[in-house]
Amino acid sequence: MIDFEAPNVIKRNVEMLKMTAENMMRPVARQYDENEHEKPWDYINMVWEFQKMSGGFGGYRKPKKDKPKDEKKEKRPPIGYMMLVHVIEMMSWGDAGIYLCTPDPGLAGTAVQAVGTPEQKERFLTRFTEGEPKWGAMAITEADAGSDTAAIKCRATLDPETNEWVLNGEKIFVTSGLMAAQESDGILVVWATVDPSAGRAGIKSFVVERGTPGMTVTKVEDKLGIRASDTATIVFEDCRIPYENILGSPEVHDPTKTKGFKGVMQTFDASRPAVAASAIGVGRAALEFVKAELEKNGVEIPYGRPRHKLTAVQHDVLAMEAQLKAAWLLTLRAVWMADIKMHNPAQASMCKAKAGEAVTWITQKAVELMGPLGYSRKLLLEKWMRDAKINDIFEGTGQINKLIVARRILDFRSAQLR
Amino acid sequence: MISFDMTEEQKMIVEAVSKFALEEMREVARECDEAGEIPKELIDTAWEFELVASHIPEEYDGFGEHSALTGLLTAEELAYGDLSIAMHALAPGLVAFPILEAGTEEQKAKYLPLFCDVAFKPATAALIEPRYDFDPNELTTTAALDGDEFALNGEKCYVPLAANADLLLVWAAENGATQGFIVPRGVPGLEIGGREKNMGIKALATYELRLNDCRVPKANKLGGEAGCDFSRILNHSRVALAALAVGVARGAYEYAREYAKERHAFGEPIASRQAIAFMLAEMAIEVDAARLMAWEAAWKLDRGQEATKECYLAKTYADDMALTVTDRAVQVLGGHGYIRDHPVEMWLRNGRGFATFDGMAMV
Repeated sequence: MIDFEAPNVIKRNVEMLKMTAENMMRPVARQYDENEHEKPWDYINMVWEFQKMSGGFGGYRKPKKDKPKDEKKEKRPPIGYMMLVHVIEMMSWGDAGIYLCTPDPGLAGTAVQAVGTPEQKERFLTRFTEGEPKWGAMAITEADAGSDTAAIKCRATLDPETNEWVLNGEKIFVTSGLMAAQESDGILVVWATVDPSAGRAGIKSFVVERGTPGMTVTKVEDKLGIRASDTATIVFEDCRIPYENILGSPEVHDPTKTKGFKGVMQTFDASRPAVAASAIGVGRAALEFVKAELEKNGVEIPYGRPRHKLTAVQHDVLAMEAQLKAAWLLTLRAVWMADIKMHNPAQASMCKAKAGEAVTWITQKAVELMGPLGYSRKLLLEKWMRDAKINDIFEGTGQINKLIVARRILDFRSAQLR
Repeated sequence: MISFDMTEEQKMIVEAVSKFALEEMREVARECDEAGEIPKELIDTAWEFELVASHIPEEYDGFGEHSALTGLLTAEELAYGDLSIAMHALAPGLVAFPILEAGTEEQKAKYLPLFCDVAFKPATAALIEPRYDFDPNELTTTAALDGDEFALNGEKCYVPLAANADLLLVWAAENGATQGFIVPRGVPGLEIGGREKNMGIKALATYELRLNDCRVPKANKLGGEAGCDFSRILNHSRVALAALAVGVARGAYEYAREYAKERHAFGEPIASRQAIAFMLAEMAIEVDAARLMAWEAAWKLDRGQEATKECYLAKTYADDMALTVTDRAVQVLGGHGYIRDHPVEMWLRNGRGFATFDGMAMV
């Protein structure tokens, strides 16, 4: 039945994370914004202890051999993604940049989980359950290929003598790229083409572990926002990885063997709502600030007055609330579908497109409404506007997501709507 | 458990009403709009869905439990068919639901069974007043206690079916607070005015009315001496109107989407051009968002929780959404959207009304 009550386990987690947000993130938020290339190690070390046990955002657990299936657990409703978006929303409410510093297999992990063999999962993901903090990162974008992922030029050539893939190319805008490729015993999932003439069909994913010769971090970006998060340029020069590091099948021309690429693409249906949730956390922070400031000054936000009896500011704040709620409910709908394994690409893109746009507007409006307080670096509001903006850009721009929604609702292939 | 799945029963009724909407309501919607009237048989068929009786408990001759959420689901389908017909069919709820929510035992026992009858019970409520800054919480229509009677004075407009209603629930300010007064047909001082001419909902008969020292017994005050929690009743109206708005908008969006796939320009369907495709994508997103907001608000109402914020936000969001989406639908159809051969111009005229419609539907 239609229900909006979050399960207790989610509520409890969110309560705990709120404390983390208030105690570990907000107090240092400005510091890591002003010092872009420093890392919040206190937060990282603290959260890593929890991540090792909980399996991180992707819920990876070391498979326990000889353990009997927990019948009760099997029957419980799946709430993986539902939990994830609540967690991400609250952490981003704390600080979106610091949230992105969370040591986690990240999108690399989700790719491996989606299409990796059991051997690959163990080889690449076990490290996230033990030892020092580690990061995973996904490297797709190139200088000339962002939205147009099929145009990537990074090449993977098979060396039949050594049975290794040789990677050559340059990736940019890799979130947590520095931490994954260099500063921790992490992994990267790199998209490369094994056959440029085959277009999309030639694109495969490869796992590259930190320390692999031929992989070098050459730049870490200076950004508008989410400055605590490292955004890296990574160069691959004759970077050799074992044959077994390819995710899915290397087959290009056999359409029955495209599971690998499709599998990774499908992970976006889960990661898009996660980005929407992050945006919403930032938006909520901004909105709450505005309301609190107004309340301090005797301006209440009434629910129920006709338009003519609202001041302009009240009208704006009500619109901000409604937009945020709309984005959040769309996000919940998308992850509910993901959890019960309902095909949801349209809904995933809908919530991402909506959240990106809405939160951009909300945070910009918040700065506008708060005048001198909004513009000052003494407070976090201006930072939240800068942090929010990325959400309409990464994981598929708002325009790309709208394009996806449009194709789905029209039942058009990409050739029919470009 | 956060979930968006209807129950089996809800799915069944929604499917049935949706079929009625597409096969019967849509067939005559344009005719009805042009003629300014709805065939009685259509209303009788709608009444057969027992959309009011299914919310009334058995002890009052109904067969169900009041669920605003279930009401929303069917209201959306009715509006998807046609807004005028939907509002006509749902008008009796304007009396039944407030009595169900806030009536005294005597009032419930006396009036609710009337809505569980086989025949359509014409009843309506009068809330809106003819001023641009109308506020349901600051009515200019007044109710003053005079001995054993209330004297009602004021002017109302947009009262659906007033000329034929057996029962009217008139909302008036008593000591500054909005209260409801049950006014049977024919009471002296109840002056039903002429049939209104509106931009949209033209098949729905709405009327002005004047209360000129109209007197009703004390017992006709909704909720008796204690009165009612009007904000809660207004919330039920807000979500109902939000659901109707979603239905109208959904119809407009789907029509525009299908048109855009067929209509060719510059060698391809206009849906292949981003300007149009993005409009359609935005329409789809906004319809879904408005629906979810209304669902959340109704869900809270059903649980007896304080829901004024959610209901208000859902209504205002749906008002804007209905205008934007129906406007875009006309835009997608271009010149053809402007002529009465296609329904989108009618849906725009209807859609614009939601910013005005207050208390004109209830779940």
